[in-house]
Formats: sequence, structure tokens, C-alpha cells
Amino acid sequence: MLDDRDRIFTNLYGLEDWRLKAARRRGDWDGTGDIIAKGRDWIIQQVKDSGLRGRGGAGFPTGLKWSFMPKESDGRPHYLVINADESEPGTCKDRDIMRHDPHKLIEGSLLAGFAIAAHAGYIYIRGEFHAEAQHLQAAIDEAYGAGLIGKNACGSGWDFELYLHRGAGAYICGEETGLLESLEGKKGMPRLKPPFPATAGLYGCPTTVNNVETLAMAPAILRRGADWFAGLGRPDNTGTKIFCISGHVNHPCNVEEEMGIPLKRLIEKHAGGVRGGWNNLLAVIPGGASVPLIPKSICDTVLMDFDSLAEVKSGLGTAAVIVMDGSTDIIKAVARLSKFFMHESCGQCTPCREGTGWMWRVMERLAAGESEIEEIDMLQEVTTQVEGHCICALGDAAAWPVQGLIRHFRPEMERRILERRKSAEAQAA
Amino acid sequence: MSANTVAVEPPEQFKFTPANRKRAKALIAKYPAGRQASAVVPLLDLAQRQNGGWLPRAAIEYVAALLEMPVIRVWEVATFYTMLNLKPVGRHLVQLCTTTPCWLMGSDAILEACEKTLGIGLGQTTEDGAFTLVEVECLGACANGPMMQVNDDYYEDLDPKSTAAILEALRAGERPAPGSQAGRQASAPAPGPTTLTGLEGTAGES
Repeated sequence: MLDDRDRIFTNLYGLEDWRLKAARRRGDWDGTGDIIAKGRDWIIQQVKDSGLRGRGGAGFPTGLKWSFMPKESDGRPHYLVINADESEPGTCKDRDIMRHDPHKLIEGSLLAGFAIAAHAGYIYIRGEFHAEAQHLQAAIDEAYGAGLIGKNACGSGWDFELYLHRGAGAYICGEETGLLESLEGKKGMPRLKPPFPATAGLYGCPTTVNNVETLAMAPAILRRGADWFAGLGRPDNTGTKIFCISGHVNHPCNVEEEMGIPLKRLIEKHAGGVRGGWNNLLAVIPGGASVPLIPKSICDTVLMDFDSLAEVKSGLGTAAVIVMDGSTDIIKAVARLSKFFMHESCGQCTPCREGTGWMWRVMERLAAGESEIEEIDMLQEVTTQVEGHCICALGDAAAWPVQGLIRHFRPEMERRILERRKSAEAQAA
Repeated sequence: MSANTVAVEPPEQFKFTPANRKRAKALIAKYPAGRQASAVVPLLDLAQRQNGGWLPRAAIEYVAALLEMPVIRVWEVATFYTMLNLKPVGRHLVQLCTTTPCWLMGSDAILEACEKTLGIGLGQTTEDGAFTLVEVECLGACANGPMMQVNDDYYEDLDPKSTAAILEALRAGERPAPGSQAGRQASAPAPGPTTLTGLEGTAGES
């Protein structure tokens, strides 16, 4: 088990105060100016060497992303945009960082901003997080007051302005280009790529978009060294991660653990085990609503990291572990996710706009057993027509949970159809 | 008795109060010169708060003029985001999460408790204009489900009894304490943290 000394988010539960004084006691803002003095290339190389991969869902290597930014400005300003639009069902980790440890995010933003030569950063927080936005704004004000950000941040000679921007309720604004559109004052409809944000992002300027947890990890990596972080977890899946454990466990919780921890140990050690015992487990969605579920047989042994979960045709996503025990109507559980994606589709691309609603309607009928067995194949076929045919990944995200259900629970889907048919025949007779 | 909308005459005119004009100016100043459209969502939110929780046409046209945006662009934004209400809502907007993590933990029973306590169904408003009840998608407090949001406040770890108690308290003009209704510390495991127990605490100081 991860030692407490290797945990980054030492105030995850808000047991201590979140303000600057207490944050400093936890080690935040310690020698930040000295880190900046080591230079941009050193910072980016350290983050690359640490193996840090984005914590927002896609798992893209963070140092590599930073290195895509132009080395010299062509006259356009550079921007850092922080994605705090946490909306992936099952995910509630960035919320805890922002309300209990906001200075980690602010310090990480300054370091990333310096590394990509940005003098301004915007934190895009989902509008519903009202209390979290208040803490974060107060922490930003504290940081300005103490000279940690703003002009000559931390005495480094680098100017860095940080602004908080509140959204107004739209899952799609968690997609990085949808977020940029929204930040520019438009509907949050994702942009066609290329150009990627590093070339033309916010206001058409070079932009890096990072998740809250990713940036909040950067100061610890730069202080303790890339080797320390890379020594945790497995190769290409390094470091620690906040796991959000929800659903049918005895004690749902958030917890920071080492990457690659076995799923079973994660649930039993921190969440008090599956309700009714491990053998009562039906399935787990290991990385938020967008990733396919895995049945108990896979949960028995799978490790919680990017590559292990990809090997079993699922994904780490945001590490939102949604646990379902034997009492769960698994078809209904996935149908509710289909409804979510239908509601959150921005409507820009036809396959997603029409497909998400179609998939939800079929899923509802399948949940009731009111369909033909062939329709399962038709549903599978339609998911592949949505997947990969849209501007952003929402269409993929809507298709994958349905595909996961068919892959692992087709017998249950067929059983329900046959049972329904039998009871209808019995009634007719 | 219930209604699908609150009977309110939409105002013919809308403008920010002096205090909100000042707030609006500070919000616009966050963005580079010429990029004032970035402030459209924050300004619509401000207008909505000033106008009792919803945006009449006059407010949308006012924000458009203030930001020098075509009115249609502001309408596009106002209709896109779920937190912007284009119809009047009750003083307490009860938003119940029913997405899978909350549903697994019994959001159906919470919905039933809301309906029973308030005497209205989803999408409806009580006759006295006190409550509007709606279903929302994931609010990002999944380790503390089931949960609901009332105006700005999150109420977490709900059961039917605590849900009814919250709504009754609101009806009586109180503001029940937000957060876990089961007495949990944020998202820590209910019996207490399994981690961060070996660190020297700084609790009690601030």
C-alpha cells in the first residue's frame, strides 16, 4: 500500500484548513521561485521523465503536451487553460482538490504557465461547483496578496495572471475544444482538429489545456523529482491517482493510491469491500461512464492503470470506479448512461445527435425485454457507426458502455427478451 | 396542486443594479480587450440571480447590448446551458441527480420522497412558487450519492428521511447545513479515513 509520505493530496478530505497558511505547512509554495529558476526546459524534461499522464481521462503524457507549445511567441500570447469542468459520471476528485487543497492547483498552474510561456491562465470550473469556486477564488486572491502569482510571481521575474471562469452546466465543455468555445462566449461545441489547441486554441492563440488533478500533481513532482514519481506504479503508468469509488460498496469514498493497484485490493482496502462480499460483485465501470464495464471475472485480477485496463478492452478514464453488485439491473444501469449521453450530446454531429437518442430508446426496450434478439446485433452495429464518426469523443463515449454491456452481458439481455416473450404467450393462452 | 411554470409576468425592462453593474465590470475585466463575449455566461448567471432565478427576454437583450454581441448569439448560449433558466422557477430549485452512480444508491427513493414531501412531480413547481423539482445529470459528488442540489447548495448521502427533513426545513424558511447528511467527513470512508492517518496534523489552526 502507498505510504502516506508518498501521497500528494494530503488534505483530500478537508481535515485541515484549505487556506494559504495551512497549505504552506503542507509544503505548498515551498521554493517555487527556485523551481522556475531552473528554467522551462528543465521543468518540461522533469515532467516527461516522471511519466505523468493526464488525469482528465485520455491519459496523454503531460510533458509531451507542454512541449508542443511554440518555443518562442510569434507575437500571439500563450494561454494555459485548466479544465475543472468535472462532469464524467462517477468522477468527484477535482472537486476535493479545489475545495480542500486549492493552492496545489494554483501553484501547479503557475509552474505549467511558466513552462509553456503563458502569462495568463483560465480555470474553467463547472457552474454547479459553487462552494468550490468560492474556495478557489479566495485561494487565488490569497496567492495574489502574497505575491505568489501576478507580477513577478514568487520573485521569479515571470508575470502570471490566473482567472476563474464559471460554466453553466454542459458536460461537453469538459471536451477541451468545447471548453475553449465556451470560454470564448459561445455554445460549447467541440472544434474540428487539427489545428490542435497548441497551435490555435483560446482566441486563436497557442493554448495548453490540462486537468485539475494533473496540474495539482506538478509541484510535488518538480520538488521531489521525476524519479520519485516514476518509481511509483508501473512503467508508462507511473505515480499516484485519486480513485473515486461509488456505488455498491460498503464505504464509498475518494482515495489517493498508487497507480496499478489491483482493483480488488482498492475496493477492499479503502471502500470496505463490495456490499455482501466480493462474490456478490456483478460488474465494475472502472473509469467513469465513458468506459466499458468489466464483469467480476476480470475484476478479480485486473490492475488499475491505463495499460492494464486497455488490455481488457476498458480504460482508466478518470479512475471513477462505479461498483455494481448482484442486485443491479445491469441493462437499466447502462441505459441510464445512454440517457446521460443523449442529454449531453451538443447536437453538432448527426451520428451522435441522432445515435445517442436511438441507442437510449433501444436500451430502454432491452431493459424491459420488449425487443427481438436480432436487435442486439443491430444495436451493436449502430454503436460502431456512431463511434469514430464525430468531431469529438462523446459519440465514442456513448457507444463504448453499450458495447461493453453486449460483450459481457449478452446472455442476460437475451434471457430478458425470452422471458418477456414467454410471459406474453402465457397471457395470450 | 402544482403548475409547470410559475405565473410571473416577464419584465419589460431589465438592467443591472448598481452593485451588479460593478460586478459585471469586474467579470468583463478578466478577459482581454475585445474578448468581452467571454463574459456572457457569467453575466447571464448574474442577471438570472438578480431576476429571481430565471432569464427573461429583456435580460438577454440587455446582456447582448452590454457585451456588444448580436442578440441571437446570446440566445444560443442561453438555450445551450442547463443552469440558465428561460422560464420562472420556484425560490428553491431542487435538482435531483439520477445518473447511474446516484441511481445505484437509491435516487428513485429520493425522488419519491421529494414528490411526496412537495406534492409535485418532476418539472413542476409548487403552487406557492416555493419549490421547483427537476432531474439533473451527474453533479460530480458521486462518492456521496445519492445527492441533490438546492440553489447553490449540495446535499449529499441522502436517504428519504433526510431528504424530507431538508425540504421541510427549507419550507420553514431555514437553510439546512449542506454537505453529507450522514455525518461523513467529505468523501472519506464513513468509518473514517483509511489513509492520511500517519501525518502530523495541522487541524485546528488556520
